[in-house]
Amino acid sequence: MADIYAYITHTAGVADDSALELVAAAKKIDANAAVTAIVIGSGADVDKVADAVAASYAKVLKFNLDALAYPNAEVVRKLLVNVLSADAIVLVSNDTFGMDLGPGLSIKLDSTFVADVVGIEGVDGTALKVIRQEYSGMVSTHVTADITNGAVINLRPGAFAPDESQSAGGSVEDRSGDAGDLTVKRTFLEVVEAEVGDVDITKSDVLVSVGRGIEDEENIEVAQELADAMGAVVSCSRPIVDAKWLEKSRQVGTSGQTVKPKVYLACGISGSFQHMGGIKGAPFIVAINKNVKAPIFQVADVGIEADILDFLPELTDAIKES
Amino acid sequence: MENALIAPAKYFFLFMPTVIFSILIPLMGVAVFAYIMAIRMAPLVKAAPDSRADRIPQRIYNVVKVWLGQYRQPRYMLAGVVHIVIFAGFLILSIRSCSLVVMGIFENFVMPGFGGLLGDMYNFLKDYAATAVLIACAIAAFRRAVVKPARYAVPTKYGKDHTVEALFVLGLISTLMISESLFEASSVAANTQVGLHAEFLAPLSLAWLFKQGLLSTSVDTLQTLHIAAYYIHDLTFFFFLCFLPLGKHFHVITSLFNVFFMRIDKGTIKPVQHGIKDEELDDLESFGVKRLEDFTWKHILDFYSCADCGRCSDNCPANTVGRPLSPRFISIKGRDLVFKNYPIYPYGTPFKKSEDLIGSIYDEDEIWSCTTCGACEQECPIGIEYIDKIVDLRRGMVDEGMVPQSLQKPLRALEKRGNPWGKMEKKRADWTKDLPEDVTVKDLAKEPAEALYFVDSITSYDDRMQAIGQATTAILSRAGADVGILGKQEKDSGNEIRRFGEEMLFQTMKEMNTDAILNSGAKHIITADPHAYNALKNDYQGLPPVEHISQFIARNVKSGALRLTGANGDSKVYTYHDPCYLGRHNDVYDDPRAALDAIAGLKRVEMERCRDRSFCCGGGGLMLFYEPEEDQRMGVLRVEMAAAAGANVIVTACPFCLVNMEDAIKVAGLEGKMEAIDLAELIAKHMA
Amino acid sequence: MEILVCVKRVPDTAENEIEVNRDGSDIERDDLVYSVNEWDNYAVEEAILIRDKVGGSVTVITVGDDESEEVLRREMAMGADNGLLLCDDAFEGSDGKGVASLLKAAVDKGKYDLILTGAQADGGAAQVGGMLAAMLDYPYASLVNKIEVDGDTLKVGREIEGGNQEMNAIQLPCVLSIQTGINEPRYVGIRGIRKVASVEIPQQGAADLGVDAASVGADGARVKRLDYFVPEMGEGAEMLEGSTEEIVAKLIELLKAKGGLK
Repeated sequence: MADIYAYITHTAGVADDSALELVAAAKKIDANAAVTAIVIGSGADVDKVADAVAASYAKVLKFNLDALAYPNAEVVRKLLVNVLSADAIVLVSNDTFGMDLGPGLSIKLDSTFVADVVGIEGVDGTALKVIRQEYSGMVSTHVTADITNGAVINLRPGAFAPDESQSAGGSVEDRSGDAGDLTVKRTFLEVVEAEVGDVDITKSDVLVSVGRGIEDEENIEVAQELADAMGAVVSCSRPIVDAKWLEKSRQVGTSGQTVKPKVYLACGISGSFQHMGGIKGAPFIVAINKNVKAPIFQVADVGIEADILDFLPELTDAIKES
Repeated sequence: MENALIAPAKYFFLFMPTVIFSILIPLMGVAVFAYIMAIRMAPLVKAAPDSRADRIPQRIYNVVKVWLGQYRQPRYMLAGVVHIVIFAGFLILSIRSCSLVVMGIFENFVMPGFGGLLGDMYNFLKDYAATAVLIACAIAAFRRAVVKPARYAVPTKYGKDHTVEALFVLGLISTLMISESLFEASSVAANTQVGLHAEFLAPLSLAWLFKQGLLSTSVDTLQTLHIAAYYIHDLTFFFFLCFLPLGKHFHVITSLFNVFFMRIDKGTIKPVQHGIKDEELDDLESFGVKRLEDFTWKHILDFYSCADCGRCSDNCPANTVGRPLSPRFISIKGRDLVFKNYPIYPYGTPFKKSEDLIGSIYDEDEIWSCTTCGACEQECPIGIEYIDKIVDLRRGMVDEGMVPQSLQKPLRALEKRGNPWGKMEKKRADWTKDLPEDVTVKDLAKEPAEALYFVDSITSYDDRMQAIGQATTAILSRAGADVGILGKQEKDSGNEIRRFGEEMLFQTMKEMNTDAILNSGAKHIITADPHAYNALKNDYQGLPPVEHISQFIARNVKSGALRLTGANGDSKVYTYHDPCYLGRHNDVYDDPRAALDAIAGLKRVEMERCRDRSFCCGGGGLMLFYEPEEDQRMGVLRVEMAAAAGANVIVTACPFCLVNMEDAIKVAGLEGKMEAIDLAELIAKHMA
Repeated sequence: MEILVCVKRVPDTAENEIEVNRDGSDIERDDLVYSVNEWDNYAVEEAILIRDKVGGSVTVITVGDDESEEVLRREMAMGADNGLLLCDDAFEGSDGKGVASLLKAAVDKGKYDLILTGAQADGGAAQVGGMLAAMLDYPYASLVNKIEVDGDTLKVGREIEGGNQEMNAIQLPCVLSIQTGINEPRYVGIRGIRKVASVEIPQQGAADLGVDAASVGADGARVKRLDYFVPEMGEGAEMLEGSTEEIVAKLIELLKAKGGLK
């Protein structure tokens, strides 16, 4: 079996949650794998991250260079091509950075790209068997990938239970000197922060979150009344923001805010993985939806089959009374 | 006849015979007027064609009723009556004014036919007419300057206030009335003083009052007054004539023509281009109105004719709820653009090249805001059209791809699946699965039936509205009708597709439905959806007769085929909401009410806005998908109107009205206090 | 600017309930309707907007069968100048890399300054754009939600986590994958499509492109889909049953227990 590498994304000196998911996924490819983490960046943060992930990875390759101040995927790709062995298996979290990096990296390594994997069934010879989803998650597929020449595997965030054993006790190697030529034709300029809204949904313990099922802008009021009665805050899924019914700052999901409430009321939300990707900390999830087939019922703790426009006012009244 | 005063035709002013002015003023007036009118004609000539020369007797009837009879004026009582007085006075006094012009040259001119008794009677009448007009002007000026009714106000985004122009014109009219009366009174006063035969003046008329006041004035002064009054009248008259085509008082001239050419058919939409058949549409270079001259000449005549009375916008539900649409300013902005692009002054200024209307004088949201309810057209006293203009502008936007994202999705779904939700065709008849056992409806694809029930999309697919389909079928079945449906062969009727400007998609729906209906062999069509009713009846051609379920109910209750139980003292108070496409667009007002009244003991009240004044629920079809900017919902206002009428049940006869009303009841917080029900549902509940 | 936009004809998931067929070999296609991949539509609109601002042309390209011509036509009705259909039996069953190598061959035969793709399509892999860029040695940016042209450099915004936008300068020629919401695509009606109905859309096969048929299609694919299935339902939610009052009462109790209600 070829060497398995995991690319670690990190912000402000803290590795992303996916760092532990990647090592868990690697074990599904090869239970005995000595997985190597790659940590790239500049400054003290990189050292911090490298030391932290060493607990979970057999080896950590650290690249700490000024040129790596912001991990632009083009630069990272060049670096990885310079340092990785030809048949390497590279695991990348399928976040917005991983989507930038993975496909091109596979071409440059002349290996196989396996996109947005949600499950790994194992390796049979040179064939890796994985589970993917198509049609916005409406159907799943089994896929085989020939990994003779190595592979770049993008893994869906949250799809693999993190390996929190911290038992690897790995070593950190500073390989900054091997980075090679990193000139690219794309340069990072700045991050434009999303406009800060009137409320911070990430700070609330209880969220009343609305989706397409709210049907009409005026009906947001129905959810607001419930939230007021509960002392909660109203958040929403992407379609509501696209319709401009609520501000972007209220959106939960991978392209919105990441929230860690105690209780999450999903009202008329179907529960796409992009939405669920924004909910962390295993809250108590209540799903209210008139479509019993909605995927939200798979991930919720408690489900109610109802039209939210009928149900929410009833709930609001009852809460006010009690 | 001998007179104490020298007539203008004979008078000398500082050795100058004033007859020169009597000739020059009309000559110059008419020349300037002709020049202005020629420029005003130019855009009409360059505009798109319009077929309006048909059904002349009907058009003459319209002129007599709407123009001469001022039929729509009293819908606003005070303003209407004031206008009728001024209008009638104008008609009467126009003869006098014309005579006066000629009398400035030929002293003893008498309008042919006005020599004998008729002339005396006329003179008597015109004295009072002038008096009445003056009083009416005073009331109108008071309203304009002091009362300031809200409908005359000009929101800042639409430009300057129009009060000054209105007052100026009222001043001109008053000047005409006063000068005419003074001219006459001065002569009579002089004759009376010197003992000559004096014309009889109608007692207490303006001229009579002046005469009484001038009896002791010296003849010299009277002479001056006489000549001055004459030329003030002459100048004012021709100034007024040339002033009319410069602003909103153009309607004084154009309204006659506008009414003559006004639309006759109800519920229809103009063809993309008059003279182009549906099958030739593909050959057209461009669709709809994009620039000024793409409007038809009648629609530009509409712009000229708008009197700025504000009745359209006062009744427009979109305007009322704060959407960015005010039909009055569709006309006024249009007229201002015509005036700007076809300048009168200075002489010889070239006409301007037209720009795109959307983005310059009209906005996309403004044009999408219209629900095509027709309240504006119902109200306009001189037959200005709005729906066709809005639809033409939408056609232009659709042709350029300017369609809001919220509407693109349902339009694509209609193209692919024949319904705006993109639901599968094979599920179109799923609502029939829940029919009671004793109710049958045939599948016309499998077996023929006498009647076709055209269900349309919302009733086929919407969970709540399927109940209307089931109730309708139950009624038809109970009345013994042999009825079937088209099932998956049925497509959306396309009423709103057409009115949202997607003509080719509408044509596709129309062709598919027409084929399916004709192949089914059904002898007549029944529908419970007024939008389908309107489309099949007015937009489609060559179909069997179409009936709305309310008409079917009224007919069968009358014949005894349907028997209804009583209301049994349900202690509810019902009110009927007229759906736009049943009422205003198709004049079906009485049948639904007759159907309701056939339920013995049912207590029914009318809302203040009922029948042809009905207030749109918010719009149907694609309007359900459009997300307008608005301060409140039309439906909420409507529900509040029902509450104000003392009703606690709103009965309507349209699935879209029901959607909007039920939503509005929730939004208005009237749940438990107010309910909405479809007529078919209510009747089905009361079938004996 | 010469712009190439890669598009794909896909089942319209917004209007369809996707189901797996009996033996799991495919999805149930009988009642499907197809349209252009939603993301691609935004890419085409963006290309047209750029062309209208700085001049040049827009070419839409797809790898597919004869029926894929309809999506090219729709995009041309929107305002794209040219269409190009890569169509060959040998292309069938290509994986992402296969599709990218076909597109690369077509790019090599033309001269394009900017290549756009949708951020993802029905398969959800979001891979072709990045692969194509790497094959061409062009710089690449994914999930682009803003483009400003500045000479031979573009200023592009990427949609990243937290609703933030990452701004980059990228040199032309380059490949960008376009995220929805970057613009408001214009409407294309039946009339628009009919206007371009008779426009000839060139087709190119393996021989025209000079690609080795064995390197693409099912034979060349290193990634293969074995089957479709509907995932086994997990434990799922405990469904609350009963009358609305009962459900409300139970829910309030649960919310109190979990700290959702004081």
